[in-house]
Amino acid sequence: MEKAGSEQSNINLPLWLLAEVSYKCPLHCVFCYNPVDYATYGEELTTEDWLRVLRQGRELGASQLGFSGGEPLNRPDLEILIAEARKLGYYSNLITSGVGLDEKRIAAFKEGGLDHIQLSFQDSTREMNDFLSSTRTFELKQRVANLIKKYDYPMVLNVVLHRLNIDHVQQILEMAEQLGAEYVELANTQYYGWAFLNRDKLLPSREQLQRAEEITNRFRERIGDRMKIYFVVPDYYEIRPKPCMSGWGSLFLAVSADGIALPCHTARMLPGITFPSVRDHDLGWIWRDSPAFNAYRGDAWMQEPCRTCPEKAKDFGGCRCQAFLLTGDATNADPVCDKSPFHGVVTDAVERARLVAANSAAGPELLFRDDANSRRLSDTERSPSA
Amino acid sequence: MTLNDDSVLEIAHHFRFQWEPAQQAHVLLYPEGMVKLPGSSGEILKRVNGEATVGDIVADLGRAFPGADLRGDVIEFLEHAYGKGWIRTK
Repeated sequence: MEKAGSEQSNINLPLWLLAEVSYKCPLHCVFCYNPVDYATYGEELTTEDWLRVLRQGRELGASQLGFSGGEPLNRPDLEILIAEARKLGYYSNLITSGVGLDEKRIAAFKEGGLDHIQLSFQDSTREMNDFLSSTRTFELKQRVANLIKKYDYPMVLNVVLHRLNIDHVQQILEMAEQLGAEYVELANTQYYGWAFLNRDKLLPSREQLQRAEEITNRFRERIGDRMKIYFVVPDYYEIRPKPCMSGWGSLFLAVSADGIALPCHTARMLPGITFPSVRDHDLGWIWRDSPAFNAYRGDAWMQEPCRTCPEKAKDFGGCRCQAFLLTGDATNADPVCDKSPFHGVVTDAVERARLVAANSAAGPELLFRDDANSRRLSDTERSPSA
Repeated sequence: MTLNDDSVLEIAHHFRFQWEPAQQAHVLLYPEGMVKLPGSSGEILKRVNGEATVGDIVADLGRAFPGADLRGDVIEFLEHAYGKGWIRTK
């Protein structure tokens, strides 16, 4: 794959290929990181397009493959893509809500060589308290969890936490135990896409976080090796940024439902960059040569305080999308970092969320991720006024 | 954990061992992750097939790389891999 004499021979392999095969989703989660304007995107890629992407990705050196979305089960050709992925030598992961996963499909996935299923647990209705009380939701997950076990997959559960459910961590963990989960990721919402719009209503307080971590630790002690639990804190409570994607264009390559290739799930929001489509270019050019994938590769783009920071090789300046969302300039340090002159934006957001929480009537209404909201918000963005 | 010469080893459930042309190395793949196994570590795990014993693996490596006393290093790596959960006894 190396191009002789290429000046970009220091470019790593895209080890992780994420196929966001469909933005259609039966759920309408308020914490979704999907782009807010997804409903205005063009047509989904064809089966042939995806098969080409899988082949090119494998040639480039990708070994881990994720099928995600939206809800990837919306694609009736998922069976075909999974079987091709196995033939090509990928280790393939299905990231799903489980809605639409019946025995016929999981049997075909197993036969085709799917390696791993991650079942996510969300509130599936518009009523928040349904999340814990709904027998319908629980029964669906129970049914899917049983199928996952029957077909000899590890039972991996992902639960997205936010202010409205984080106080129920004990019940969530008990539910995971009942479902027979072997791995549980308690992932606090990170604030992109729909979650960013709903941030004031979703960001938990420091006290809520501490309580949830304490409960999680006690549960870990009781359950021991039977269940492995990961707890992910929201970036907004950190003082150093995450090494987002291990650096831009370093190992992660996402292809969205309509064929746009991205160096991270949410990069599409960044202004001034034209992200290439797999309909027009091959993945090799996209990964190595496209201006988009080189925009923030390495550290030449960095400003102070990152430019001279001894930690820049460790965290790569954090997340470009978070820098853009919170400071208006993607080349700034991720303001999660307390060395950033914009760090106050993060602490202000925490404080504002606390005030909104104290007065439950205050603040904006929750915006659900659905097609109507997506179109309406896209219209607002495009209107010349404002 | 000490492995016996008679222990039959296999790659652990949900792990896949394969050659990656792009990396010119063997790797172990598992849910959302990968361990790169360059050089001798790949040569050792290549022989973990659900049939060979620890003794067989040492002997086979001795034939493939004659002249070197590999036994100590091979056992040490196998115990490391076992401790990491990459391989298990059958």
